[in-house]
Amino acid sequence: MSVVTNTTTIGAIDAPSRRNTELMMMGFAIAISVFAYANVGLAIDGKLPSGMFGYGAGLILLGGVAHLVVRKFAPYADPLLLPLATLLNGLGLVLIWRLDQSQRLIQRAEYLYGEYSPDAPKQLLYSAIGVAFFVAVLVILKDHRILQRYTYISMAVALVLLILPMFFPAVNGAKIWISLGPFTIQPGEFAKILIAVFFSGYLMVKRDALALASRRFMGMYLPRGRDLGPIITIWALSILILVFETDLGTSLLFFGLFVVMLYVATERTSWIVFGLLMSAVGAVGVASFEPHVQSRVNAWLDPFAKATMEQSDQIAQSLMAFGSGGTLGTGLGQGHSDLIMFAANADFILSTVAEELGLAGMMAILLIYGLIVERGVRTALAARDPFGKLLAIGLSGAFAIQIFVVAGGVMGLIPLSGMTMPFLAYGGSSVLANWALIAILIRISDTARRPAPAPAPSPDAEMTQVVRP
Amino acid sequence: MNKPLRRIAIFCGILILALLVRTNYLQYVRADELNSRDENRRVRIERYAHERGNIIVDGNPVTGSVETKGSDFKYKRVWKNGAMWAPVTGYSSQAFDASQLESIEDGILTGNDDQLFFDRTLSMFTGGKKQGGNVVTTLNGAAQKAAFKGLGSKKGAVAALDPQTGAILALVSTPSYDPSVFAGNSDKDSKARQKLLADKDKPMLNRALRETYPPGSTFKVVTAAAALENGLYKGIDDKTNSPLPWRLPLTTGNLDNEGNIPCENASLREALRWSCNTVFGKISDDLGNQKMIDEANKFGFNEEIFTPVRADASVYPKDNRPQNAMAGIGQASNRATPLQMAMVAAAVANDGKLMQPYMVAERQAPNLDVIYTHEKEQFSQPLSGENAQKLQQMMETVVKKGTGTNALINGVTVGGKTGTAQHGLNNSENPYAWFISYAKTDSGSPVAVAVVVEDSQANRDDISGGGLAAPIARDVMKAVIDSKK
Repeated sequence: MSVVTNTTTIGAIDAPSRRNTELMMMGFAIAISVFAYANVGLAIDGKLPSGMFGYGAGLILLGGVAHLVVRKFAPYADPLLLPLATLLNGLGLVLIWRLDQSQRLIQRAEYLYGEYSPDAPKQLLYSAIGVAFFVAVLVILKDHRILQRYTYISMAVALVLLILPMFFPAVNGAKIWISLGPFTIQPGEFAKILIAVFFSGYLMVKRDALALASRRFMGMYLPRGRDLGPIITIWALSILILVFETDLGTSLLFFGLFVVMLYVATERTSWIVFGLLMSAVGAVGVASFEPHVQSRVNAWLDPFAKATMEQSDQIAQSLMAFGSGGTLGTGLGQGHSDLIMFAANADFILSTVAEELGLAGMMAILLIYGLIVERGVRTALAARDPFGKLLAIGLSGAFAIQIFVVAGGVMGLIPLSGMTMPFLAYGGSSVLANWALIAILIRISDTARRPAPAPAPSPDAEMTQVVRP
Repeated sequence: MNKPLRRIAIFCGILILALLVRTNYLQYVRADELNSRDENRRVRIERYAHERGNIIVDGNPVTGSVETKGSDFKYKRVWKNGAMWAPVTGYSSQAFDASQLESIEDGILTGNDDQLFFDRTLSMFTGGKKQGGNVVTTLNGAAQKAAFKGLGSKKGAVAALDPQTGAILALVSTPSYDPSVFAGNSDKDSKARQKLLADKDKPMLNRALRETYPPGSTFKVVTAAAALENGLYKGIDDKTNSPLPWRLPLTTGNLDNEGNIPCENASLREALRWSCNTVFGKISDDLGNQKMIDEANKFGFNEEIFTPVRADASVYPKDNRPQNAMAGIGQASNRATPLQMAMVAAAVANDGKLMQPYMVAERQAPNLDVIYTHEKEQFSQPLSGENAQKLQQMMETVVKKGTGTNALINGVTVGGKTGTAQHGLNNSENPYAWFISYAKTDSGSPVAVAVVVEDSQANRDDISGGGLAAPIARDVMKAVIDSKK
């Protein structure tokens, strides 16, 4: 990376802002979502849903506000991030609304809780708050480097957020929730961003020490003992999360995030090797004595085993939903993914995508997530300051790992964990945190793509000939 | 810092790629397997989402569908006279899967079979309601009724075939069960099924296809066929080389006849008429185990028969000399299903040609177009036409003036063989009463039947194939002949 910020050639080419591209894509994203909404209504009731106008208007309002704020406060931002997030959020609302119509889930709720309340209106509210978060971040955070000042505060807050769920009762076996009155919050979602901020700030300062002071051993540069401190601390924290909150996903997310950022900051492959070794040791070690983790692993190894089915048939049901979807899917509103019952519209929302939109829809959704990650990595590449680079790669890396952990769990590729698909799944914390995450990426990309200010006239400018191709 | 960034980008790409590969694997490679799993409720939801096609006998459905409320299964299967038809249709339950024709022909009945692809596609475009196709059976309602009524409260089974085609005309097992009682999805259905499963009379056992009995003296028909086919004896009225008493080979005991009957050197015809154990035991011993096995196999022993509902394999095993001699009179380790013994009678009646038994005559698309018709098919030829006719004469003598006179029908030629199979330790339990027979008219034989009555309250001396089983066989044959008029 280069600390030399610019040469005279850069500023001379006027970078396009791409705001109109973004507007057009927003139109697409909203049109697709409204179309899907109509589809659900037609499939279930045989007529256009009455709430379609309100839903469309809501999405246009949210998307419009977000777009206008980007136009005003981050004019050079990446044009794809906002439309992609809007599309996922819109489709997520459709899927949640579709599952709200499920007689099976309604009966289940009435049986268990005595009453049933639809989730889609709540999710729409969360989306509105999420977009408000997005707007607030863009308006308040004029430059992402401001975050660097809060390195250690971020760490402290993140630690508190991560530790808090230990004091609350387990939900479905995992302690990743805290409940405040009527609200339940999944603090891991927010901690993800704070931890990325902390790592960026910390590694930017320490990376030289971590990278250069090392001993060579068997072709690898091994870090000095005293530099191992931070990674061991984070590793221990991940293990603690795994032990006390019994959630493999969250643990994997934080440790993976740290290893990725450490590697980017130091350019030392040995960190990756270390990281993989340590996470393997940690995961296997904890799985050997923690019954909840064990049962998750067993459910993953043989989802159709009798013992597994008796405990929870969620993974088996999810796999069967995937199978039933086939290549083109049953069509929205016509599948039976609600057989998953618990968390059908949250952790397992992808199963509904798979069954009702089929392999085609599933690939599309995964590619949309892939695109978000790709835009994030591109932002990191384009960023001119190391803090921005680290923060962007941290956020997109965390995003990618989360996608992998959640989707992989739902598809039976890895053991299931208690996180949710960003934007798509029902849940306030997830929507809020991920809108904030997108806002930060947009802020960094705006800074990165913004034309550099015209360089101060250099004293020897006239003596230099710039050769243009 | 850009080099590691690019590598991380590749790493993220690999994560997404792994998910893409996995979803392809699940939704393309494993889709069929996941879709047809027993655990997959969708299979059953789909099975009952539309009005299920019907199983048809004599042009009328013996099944139906009624709409139900309060569960995700829209329709429920019902049967007309379920207890009588259960051995044919099997059950189809929202909670407990399906069996027999209901299971084997599920694709047609639900309308999901590949053969119905065109209809399905068409109705998708015309917006027609999805419907199941029908399965037309070969069964004869009158014969089925006669058999069911004949068995009444007795435990037993009847199988009747059309010897010329192999079409199954009657298939009854008693005591039976009504599949309607557990066709639903409620606790009541579950309890009803539990009760049936716990019943010591095993009402859910399809005795006509899935229970093998010692065939007793009815097996002598097979032994006689073996004697004729292997040239042991040529003429059915020639004296056989049969001493009386006859000592069971390699043992110290004699093989006895039932009572004092003229069996010494009796001709085949007389030996079958009187049901001589000594004569047929010796034939089996003279031929040896391998030749007996070969002949039994030609009749269909030692393999499962698919009608398409599976019938258990009847057995004629490799065995030592005394056991093989006893097997020649159906009293050793050989066992047969009622369907198997009906096949024996049918092969004799059809001049030695055994036709493959079947019960699905046609499959119909939802619009009643016939999409499949069974072509009759020869199973084997256990005996030559000449020998078959000799054996027919022998069996007809049995009915005219032997042990099977109860099966006589006015104006019709009937051939048959009785059987009374001992069983239990030291023959302590009630014997099985057997009767196998065929009827013959000018246009060949329209029906062959096997009847077994497992036990009875009657005095055990009175139990004989002729007394208990023959009247049932007669009624079934009569019902078939009358229905053809």
